[in-house]
Amino acid sequence: MKFLRNKIDQLKKPFGKGEKWEKLAPAINALDTFLYVPNHTTKKGAHIRDAVDLKRTMITVVIALIPALIFGIYNTGYQYLHQLNGGDVAFMDAFMHGLWKVLPIIVVSYGVGLAIEFIFAIYRGHEVNEGFLVTGLLVPMIMPVDIPLWMVGLSVAFAVLIGKEAFGGTGMNILNPALVARAFAFFAYPTYMSGNKVWVSEASKVDAISGETILGSLAAGHDVHFSMFDMFSGAIPGSIGETSTLLILVGAAILILTGVGSWRIMFGAVIGGAVMGLLFNLWGANALMSFPWYEHLIVGGFAFGVVFMATDPVSAAQTTKGKWIYGILVGFFCIMIRVFNPAYPEGVMLGILLMNVFAPTIDHYVIEANIKRRKKRLAASKQLKTA
Amino acid sequence: MSNDIRIRKGLNINLKGAAEKVVSEAPRVKTFALKPTDFHSVTPKMVVKEGEKVKAGDVIFYSKYSEKIKFVTPVSGTLSEVRRGAKRKILEVVIEADSQDVYREFGVKNPAQMSAEEVKAFLLESGCWPFIRQRPYDIIADPEDTPKSIFISAYASAPLAADIEFTLQGREEDFQAGIDAISKLTTGKTHLSVAKGSSSFLTGVKGVELHKVSGPHPAGNVGVQIHHIDPVNAGEHVWVISPEDVAIIGTLLRTGKFDATRTVALAGTEVDKPQYYRVKIGSSVRALVDRSDSIDIRIISGDVLTGDKITVDGFIGFYDNTVTVIPEGNDYRMFGWLPFKDNNIPSMHHTSLSWLFPNKKYTVNTNLNGEERALVVTGEMEKVMPMDIYPMQLLKACMASNIEKMENLGIYEVAPEDFALVDYACTSKIEAQDIIRQGLDLMIKEVG
Repeated sequence: MKFLRNKIDQLKKPFGKGEKWEKLAPAINALDTFLYVPNHTTKKGAHIRDAVDLKRTMITVVIALIPALIFGIYNTGYQYLHQLNGGDVAFMDAFMHGLWKVLPIIVVSYGVGLAIEFIFAIYRGHEVNEGFLVTGLLVPMIMPVDIPLWMVGLSVAFAVLIGKEAFGGTGMNILNPALVARAFAFFAYPTYMSGNKVWVSEASKVDAISGETILGSLAAGHDVHFSMFDMFSGAIPGSIGETSTLLILVGAAILILTGVGSWRIMFGAVIGGAVMGLLFNLWGANALMSFPWYEHLIVGGFAFGVVFMATDPVSAAQTTKGKWIYGILVGFFCIMIRVFNPAYPEGVMLGILLMNVFAPTIDHYVIEANIKRRKKRLAASKQLKTA
Repeated sequence: MSNDIRIRKGLNINLKGAAEKVVSEAPRVKTFALKPTDFHSVTPKMVVKEGEKVKAGDVIFYSKYSEKIKFVTPVSGTLSEVRRGAKRKILEVVIEADSQDVYREFGVKNPAQMSAEEVKAFLLESGCWPFIRQRPYDIIADPEDTPKSIFISAYASAPLAADIEFTLQGREEDFQAGIDAISKLTTGKTHLSVAKGSSSFLTGVKGVELHKVSGPHPAGNVGVQIHHIDPVNAGEHVWVISPEDVAIIGTLLRTGKFDATRTVALAGTEVDKPQYYRVKIGSSVRALVDRSDSIDIRIISGDVLTGDKITVDGFIGFYDNTVTVIPEGNDYRMFGWLPFKDNNIPSMHHTSLSWLFPNKKYTVNTNLNGEERALVVTGEMEKVMPMDIYPMQLLKACMASNIEKMENLGIYEVAPEDFALVDYACTSKIEAQDIIRQGLDLMIKEVG
């Protein structure tokens, strides 16, 4: 191992301080630190540090995404082959078809995003932040499978440039970058992002294939011919990674057990979504409203959005109390927009983006309460002195 | 009267190399130093020149902007060197010690018969004033103030820190005399806190309000105790003093001599025999750690969370009663960022298995275990901050130099040491203590 280390140190020499390619150091460091945790020691402050770092945190999220991703790849092929040929579909056949479709999207997403991240790191002279490891995988998982690759690249570029770097980079963005990418694609190219032709591979080309989602069917007044088990296990049309509530729950368990994702936000959102669904059930004016509240929670992007999108610590509320409020409101608005949106029968993206915008306001009021307590204490102590 | 304080948030970091409860006399060292850098925001004005003889207790320098505050030598000898750094800033005033100490006589006093003004004058003259520090700002107390209360924490919860009840053994009368004098300085109460379940003489000290504290670190931090007992509001002052310094003041009152003896815990995995030693303040650390290969070890004057890095030729800090020696962590770890890898490194985060074994004792080094990043993860700082304060928001206010916000979020109630665990726990490896220190300095400059 020593040999490899020496080799890398030798390779890095021209990137050192005062050397020829000093400016490019962040790029080479980003690659090196993926092999080795660097030999940096503490300079100021506490002399010992926790074993955790941002890489470890972000990789944990990527690991939590993997079960849903693998199922998403399989489901892409399954939906296509099942509708085309009917009957049972061999796992490998479905998986290979899905991989052929999904892998290029992932490659484009990472390629474009990381290129921009590296350029900005070099330009600004800071190290490459690991946040895009997650964003780069989230983007493909929330896109319809037939989206043209150039659209993926453009959306990612927009999200990283306007959604993140324009605000000052990682940690400063207001909106979840992956959702910004989806929102950009949604508003810029609506025909590729909605309707009943995009949610299954090749649905727009082959007449025998219907690309309609369950929510789409409900909005159009069609019958839903999927069982609740299909909805839960994920054998339904939809964005690549969003369909399997079961495997998203596996991811949620990983996030909660490792403490990386906020359980408060997840539970809050489930409570908020359930209550809103229940209220609509009571009202019951149309098919979407009378769709059972518990099925609202397992179809569409709700589970995926709540577990992986709403919990993004940068764009969510940051205070403990704020996380509860934020979570509940996310659930609330996701279902409300889903039911009321006349153009598009899904509201998770817009619901979470809306709450991203309001998260700082929620935090503001939570912190204001703390400030009020402090001011009250000061007033009480002043009164004591004059009395 | 006793009040219990139970702290729930925080973190005990269990480390190997705790000092065994045995006290030895350290071999007499030749060189001592007063480090003006130990006294934050003090600009020293030298009184003694290089080459002059001094007795233990003689004034070496005083504070340029508060001339009453004097700093005295802990030993008798010759002032051999004034070491300066950038812009001729004085870093160390080195004293070459005589083989036997000769003391300057201050006269025996009976604290019971002294007025507050007399106590103050006596402490200032004898060089004991720097022992008293104030909150807010964590600097030496202003002699013109009268604090609303005085706090003494005899509960050391930091990793490998010296057990104060052990180091104070046998100094019962000195401690009581010190308390009798110091308690006159406030119009309010003098608070003494001990670990819950303590049975030492400290529980029977007269003239104080006793508090029994339990819970994980930073429960022993005096700032945390102040927050829960008598929080500092804007415009108020609280003074703090460490228990051993109370005993030093007591000795001075009872004997008339400034006997700057400290019982220091020498701890850490790089120490052959971790135990307690009796040394004078400012002693060269070479007496305790005699290693020439100082390359791969780190010597810390203080505990691993708040102490200062010193070299093997360095000196123990004025306020420190712990010296910790741990290995430097200047090595690479392949794929060390993978979750659940390297579980021998302590972690409070659940992305490592080490949090499952809170009672296991760990060997730690000084590796940063990552690189500095933007603040992303939320909620982790709150877990180690047992105060009604939002740590991340306060840190951001300090970074932005937003004075009004800092004041609103409670800057007056914190000291850098209260953010030591934030340093430790932060995923993004920010220097929280440094940011708070700069924030406090800004407040001193702008608000005063």
